[in-house]
Parts: sequence; structure tokens; C-alpha cells
Amino acid sequence: MSDLLNLLKENARLSNAQLADMLGKTEEEVAAEIADLEKKGVIRGYTAIINDELAGDTEVEALIELRVTPKHDTGFDDVAKTIMLYDEVESVSLMSGKYDLALTVKGRTLKEVAMFVSQRLSAMDGVLATATSFVLKRYKEKNILIEGEERDERSMWG
Amino acid sequence: MNYDNLLSKRVTGLKPSGIRRFFDLAATMDDVISLGVGEPDFSTPWSIRKEAVDVLERRKIVYTANSGMAELRKSIAGYLDRTIHTQYDPDHEIVVTVGGSEAIDIAIRSVVNPGDEVLVVEPSFVCYAPIVEMACGVPVPIPTKAENHFKLTAQELREKITDKTKLLVLPFPNNPTGAIMNREDLEAIAEVLRGTDILILSDEIYSEMTYGGKHCSIVEIEGMRERTILVNGFSKAFAMTGWRLGYVCAPALITTQIVKIHQYIIMSAPTVSQYAAIVALEECEEDVQRMVKEYNLRRRYLVEAFNRIGMTCFNPEGAFYVFPSIQCTGMDSETFCEKLLEEEKVAVVPGNAFGESGEGFVRVSYAYSLKHLMTAVERITAFLERHGGKA
Repeated sequence: MSDLLNLLKENARLSNAQLADMLGKTEEEVAAEIADLEKKGVIRGYTAIINDELAGDTEVEALIELRVTPKHDTGFDDVAKTIMLYDEVESVSLMSGKYDLALTVKGRTLKEVAMFVSQRLSAMDGVLATATSFVLKRYKEKNILIEGEERDERSMWG
Repeated sequence: MNYDNLLSKRVTGLKPSGIRRFFDLAATMDDVISLGVGEPDFSTPWSIRKEAVDVLERRKIVYTANSGMAELRKSIAGYLDRTIHTQYDPDHEIVVTVGGSEAIDIAIRSVVNPGDEVLVVEPSFVCYAPIVEMACGVPVPIPTKAENHFKLTAQELREKITDKTKLLVLPFPNNPTGAIMNREDLEAIAEVLRGTDILILSDEIYSEMTYGGKHCSIVEIEGMRERTILVNGFSKAFAMTGWRLGYVCAPALITTQIVKIHQYIIMSAPTVSQYAAIVALEECEEDVQRMVKEYNLRRRYLVEAFNRIGMTCFNPEGAFYVFPSIQCTGMDSETFCEKLLEEEKVAVVPGNAFGESGEGFVRVSYAYSLKHLMTAVERITAFLERHGGKA
């Protein structure tokens, strides 16, 4: 991955001027490169990593494992594409291992998520089984700590 | 008891480190953004730590050979061959030490006789002159200049050589300036030394941290290996400061003396660290490159930022420090650092802590995350706005 993408992955709010300094390029070059990456669909979006609790967000999040019968011609794509149309579904990934699709689903309450799973997902054509695990606490996301700061233990100035 | 008469005059006469004094001042304040440290912010690469854990679980931790584990010395020889294209005999020409610091100490002690003059390139790390003094030698500073990007020139060297000159301390890539000496620069120094009996202590602890091309060692220049004591270590390159491991390489006639001192004062360097260091040399090149790449982003960011606000700064191609001028503020280094600490709670090190010729500059470490550096730059910019910068 390019240095530019790595920097943006770490902190998408760096200004073009700051990125230019770090990369030894001009601001215009950086702007053009980012525009190009967006146009080509390499960069799909920018988002913030939030401590939901501090933000006062009381939504619940669940990790759902799905076992699915693959379709003859399209494999898992059809089911995955149907599932990702729901707003409740935050992420969908095809997995290797004991199950096929991994979903993260958000809802206002435990019940709402549970209902979504039983009424929408389980009922779906090709879905064989579901397993729902609720997220109790997030410690780290995208390499960023959700709580606290890493302490700098260095004290020597040598 | 009157301790004045009990303590060693030589030691009481030593000046305390200027870095230390300033550090103590910063330590009395809360919420200080420090740019002071001289060690990596990265964790030691996992494969190195894993090796240490395994060794602790499975082996007896006993002394090693005085000069270090044979396997480690072999790895060091291989590393030097790969990186600076120079062959050292692992059995007779390499001694593993407690950090680069011990290596510098025993190297100086093994060659200096009372009254010998030791040329110390300045600004530079604070340990050389005191160690020379403890060995009853006479430290002779060679100030380098910002206009030469703090490189040592042949002319500056020639002017300081007398018939008492025993040793030249050559600390590049340089702490605090970030200066490097490339092959042409070293050729010019070699030209002055060829035909003399002057030895070189080449402290290359920052050799992996170069940003404009690969590091070149003075031992690569014709006729220099025979007169050079090469010091390097694991602290900076592999983010292993607390493991306390370095090494010194020199012709066998010199290392025979060096290992004698080492044997009496240390016995052998920490055993767990020695095992781990083999992994560092054999398996961690990618980790080193990853860290160097990150340092480089920060370096470019800081150089641009300082130049923009009027703290002019040459392009430092080595180590992890920038050394901007504070001339535009009209303050001396110490006043600048004290005021910056008081008003903006940012800690940097006054340049004169590294020798007189560092006056008018400050050392800024970029062994910190970009986020940390950006906050610091914001505060320094505000400070400069009030004190004569062009921001």
C-alpha cells in the first residue's frame, strides 16, 4: 500500500498540506492523488472511530455468524448482497472456517437485534444456521485504543 | 564526615549533563509535551521479545564468554559485512558490550594515556568528554557549523591536530544535529588522517537511521579500518534501548585490551539480550525498514514545519533529531527552552547541552507519534508568533 494510503488509514483528517510535508510532495500533487484514488474507488470513504459510551450512544452491536448454502452459479454472493441491503447490517464478510458469513449488526436494543436475526436473517432462503454474539466492550478498533491512552514510559533524554 | 575530601576529585570535577538539568526542570511540570527523549517510541519487534521469553523459559541464564556469545558475534560480523561491506573476525575483533555506552567507555580507556588529546566533534552526545577526562585524557572539541550542515570538514580537523592527538571521536549519524557524513565527506577526513598515527572512534549507533541513502562507515574508506574502533548497538536500530546491548569492533590488538577492561568491570553483557539480539540481526530487517520509514515521514513534516515558522533548519539526513535555529527569537538556547516550557509546556533540549557550538539551536526528537508532533508544532508556532518568528 502507498505511503499516502497508510497515512490516511491512520488519520484521515490530515490536511493535504500536512500530507505533502510528510511525503515530500506538493499540496497539489497530494490533492490530485487523493482525487484519483477516490475516483478509482480505492478510497471508499472516511469515518471516525468513536467511543460510543462517551458519545452517549446506547445502541447494541452483535457479531453474527451465518452458515449458508452456496448457490449453484453465484456461490455466496447472492445471499451476501441481499443481507448487505439492510441498514442494520454494518459489515458483511465471507469467511473461511466453520461458518460462511460474518456480520456486524446494530440495533437500539438487544431485542431489536434478536428480532432482526430471527425474522429477517434466519428466514432468508439459503441460510442454514445463525449464531449471535453481543459485543460487550470494544478495546481497540483500526489500531486505535477506544479507552485511555498509551503511556509514554520513557524518561531518559540521552 | 567531610565528604569533600572523600570523593574522587576527578569525578566531582565532572560537569553534570546539560540534558539532565533541563529534564529535571520539565519533570516538575504537568501536561508537558516532550520532544526530549533520545530513544525510539516503537516497541521492540515481537520476534525479538518472543525469543527472550523462550530463552527465559527454557534455558539457564548464565554468563556468556567475556566477549559475548560466539553465535551473536558471528551474526554481528555477518551484519557488518552486509551493511558496511567490511569483514571483522568474530573470534578476535568483536566484543559485545552493555549498550553503546560501555563500548565507548572501554574503547576510550583502552587507548588513552594521561595527557593524550582526544578530538571530539561537537555538537555531539554528552558522554565523550567526561569519559576522556576520567581516563586522564584531554578532550579537544571540534565545533562544526550549521553552514556545513554540521559535518566535520578536513580543514576543521587539520586545525585541531597536534603531536599529542591520539584519537578522533566521529559520531555520525549525529545526535543532536541529525548530520551525516557521506562517502566524499569521509574521504576528505581520511585524507587528513592517512600517514598519521591518529585513531578513530566511530560511533555509528544511528547507522540504520539514514534517509537520503545508505549509511557509509569510515572503515569502508581505504586505510581507515586499521585505525578505527567501531561502536554500534541494538538500542536505536531495533528499538532495544532497555536491553542494554551494543558492540565494539577493532583490530585484534586493540580488542585484546578492550576485552580485558570489559572482563573486569562487566564479565559479560546481559545473556537474555544476547540471545534476542541474534534474532534482531537475522530476522528483523523488515521491522527496521518499517520504523525508518515512519521516522522519515515525521522528519519531513518537522523540517517543513520549522522552516515555515522561521526556525530555520537544514535537512538532517540521519538519526531521529532535527536541530533548528532559534536565532529569529533573539534568545539563547537555554532561555528559549525555559520560556517554551513555561509558556507552552513543550520540552526541547538546548543545543548547547551538546557543546558550545550548539548554542543558538535546539534539539527536537521525532521519536514520537505524528499526532504528538503535530500538537507540539501547534504550540511552538504559537510561541514563535509572540517571539519574533514569521508565522
